Amino acid sequence: MTRRIGIALVTIALAGAVAAPWLAPHAVNDRFDGLLNAPPTIPRVIDADGSLRAPFIYAWHRVSQLEQRYEEDRSARVGLVWFAGGRLVRSANETDAPLLLLGADSYGRDVFARLAFGARLSLGLAVAAALGAILLGASIGAVAGYYGGRLDDVLMRSTDFVMVLPSMYVALALRSVLPLVLSASEVFALLGAIFAVVGAPFVAHGVRAIVRSERRLEYAAAAEALGASDLRLLARHLLPATRGFLAVQSTLLLPAFIVAEATLSYVGLGFPDQVASWGTMLQEASTNIRVFADFPWLLSPAAAMFLVVLGLNLMLQSDRPLRESGNRVIG
Amino acid sequence: MTRYLARRLAFALFLVVAVSSASLILTRLAPGDFVTQSTNTQANRAEIDRERALLGLDKSIAAQYRDWLTAILRLDFGHSKQFDRPVRDIIPERAANTAILALTALILATGVGIPLGIVTGSRRGGALPHAIRAVSLVLLSMPPLLTSLLLVFVAARTGWFPIAGMRSPAVPPGGALLDLLHHLVLPAAAIGLPLAAMLERLQSQAMSEVVGEPFVLAAIARGVPHSRVVWRSALKAALRPVAAVYGLIVGTLLSGSFAVEVISAWPGLGTLMLGALRTRDIYLVAGCAGAGALFLAFGTLFSDVALAFVDPRASDAAAERGARA
Repeated sequence: MTRRIGIALVTIALAGAVAAPWLAPHAVNDRFDGLLNAPPTIPRVIDADGSLRAPFIYAWHRVSQLEQRYEEDRSARVGLVWFAGGRLVRSANETDAPLLLLGADSYGRDVFARLAFGARLSLGLAVAAALGAILLGASIGAVAGYYGGRLDDVLMRSTDFVMVLPSMYVALALRSVLPLVLSASEVFALLGAIFAVVGAPFVAHGVRAIVRSERRLEYAAAAEALGASDLRLLARHLLPATRGFLAVQSTLLLPAFIVAEATLSYVGLGFPDQVASWGTMLQEASTNIRVFADFPWLLSPAAAMFLVVLGLNLMLQSDRPLRESGNRVIG
Repeated sequence: MTRYLARRLAFALFLVVAVSSASLILTRLAPGDFVTQSTNTQANRAEIDRERALLGLDKSIAAQYRDWLTAILRLDFGHSKQFDRPVRDIIPERAANTAILALTALILATGVGIPLGIVTGSRRGGALPHAIRAVSLVLLSMPPLLTSLLLVFVAARTGWFPIAGMRSPAVPPGGALLDLLHHLVLPAAAIGLPLAAMLERLQSQAMSEVVGEPFVLAAIARGVPHSRVVWRSALKAALRPVAAVYGLIVGTLLSGSFAVEVISAWPGLGTLMLGALRTRDIYLVAGCAGAGALFLAFGTLFSDVALAFVDPRASDAAAERGARA
């Protein structure tokens, strides 16, 4: 059950990222100048008279430009248009009453659209970095575990060393000694590489242990006796045994990478300001202290991050079932 | 045991030297230096060169590194351009601030996480263990960055706690210590709560494994009360795997305190290092990294010794591992 909820949460996030251009009513950088920090427009089905209607929204009417306070304009219902212009749903009157499912940010941009497009960068980076970490870590671990001896010692000692260091600081130091101003795609590649390097030792350790113990088993000896080459023995016989471990590792690495991107972007060392990622959105939100009291919808990337990480943790829960049998004595 | 301690101390020293050296050299290799990051665009070539010479940036990396190392032997850690003060004077205060934050968080996490883990690990059913487990799962999914934002959000709405900083501008009634504690609650909770959840899960797993062992069954068969079995006999065996994790926790604490320091403007090592990295204030970067490494070294050393007390086999195994290399 918990596992299903976890899978559902992660799937929704990934699907949202993939379908962002269709799902989002607006482009990432569309600005509504009259709607800076406007609250979410909530789709309704019951109008002011209490009668049931097709889903509609009310437009925001600005009460105070200085304080950025808005009131619902209940005089007219604004209908929703479905499946038009290559988008799932938009407002019938996009210029005056845009559909803002999660409100607007301080530039008047649609937070929901930015959240969906931001998921592409934030989740995409985490997935790419996790794949990189697994490839790198599995190769190091496989070599160390397979050949043993001095090579094993050197490799494991260096991975031990990296594992002791606080990973956030390692990523921070590596990132900040590189050019500070880079384009979004350069940042993507760079952070992906840095995260992969920081995450690889954790993978390498487990893979090494598994390869080492599997190597001693009869089937490995049999394959070797039949003349399998080192590479074939590793790739065909030993590494497949690490599959379960790698799956668990990637669910552990993904949350760490998602949060690392957010932290680095938050301190200005991640994606450039104008690019939408969950980290840059949080960074922008935090520049205005009123966010916490008056514009909480700007913190939706934090909520999204929490749900994705929760989903990943829930998926992991059932991979390690509580030992029912061992638990029977005391209950 | 003495050999083991000596080996660990040697590793601690190596860690500090390696980390601070690496950060010094990396920062020097990085594009841009303190002069390009700080002087205005109107500066002419001669001015820039003069500034560079003052900072030792005209020397080769090797020469600068050598000079820095020899200066350290005289306990001179270089001069921070950003603050225009010796690095030695800046670091201790900031390091102490981080230590206050991290230690409070660690105490909170241990005090909350371990007892709850014992409760959930020693019972199978019941509403309480289920509730604790659910809360743990939620907190595990809220790394310090998110917990910090959530707590600031709550504080901003209720006004119960200050949302940023470490001290009030003027000492309020109740004294400076109370004021510090008041400021400490949110950041320490932001780091401590996710950590508590992690410890609870680990302790719970360790406990549930031990509870299935024959010696526990034997104790129960002899009629030893349930609570006594759990809190005395089983606990002793179940502390070991958790104690082993404390060596890695120091890194987690430092990583977590970085995010929290940035969000709640806590004047610690993290914010200092961030500023130093951005302005390419190389001696300060090296100093911060060295101080962080010192925390790390002492943390792991302390946890290894503690582990050796809980489980004497650990020091033998570790000494053996060390002897092999």
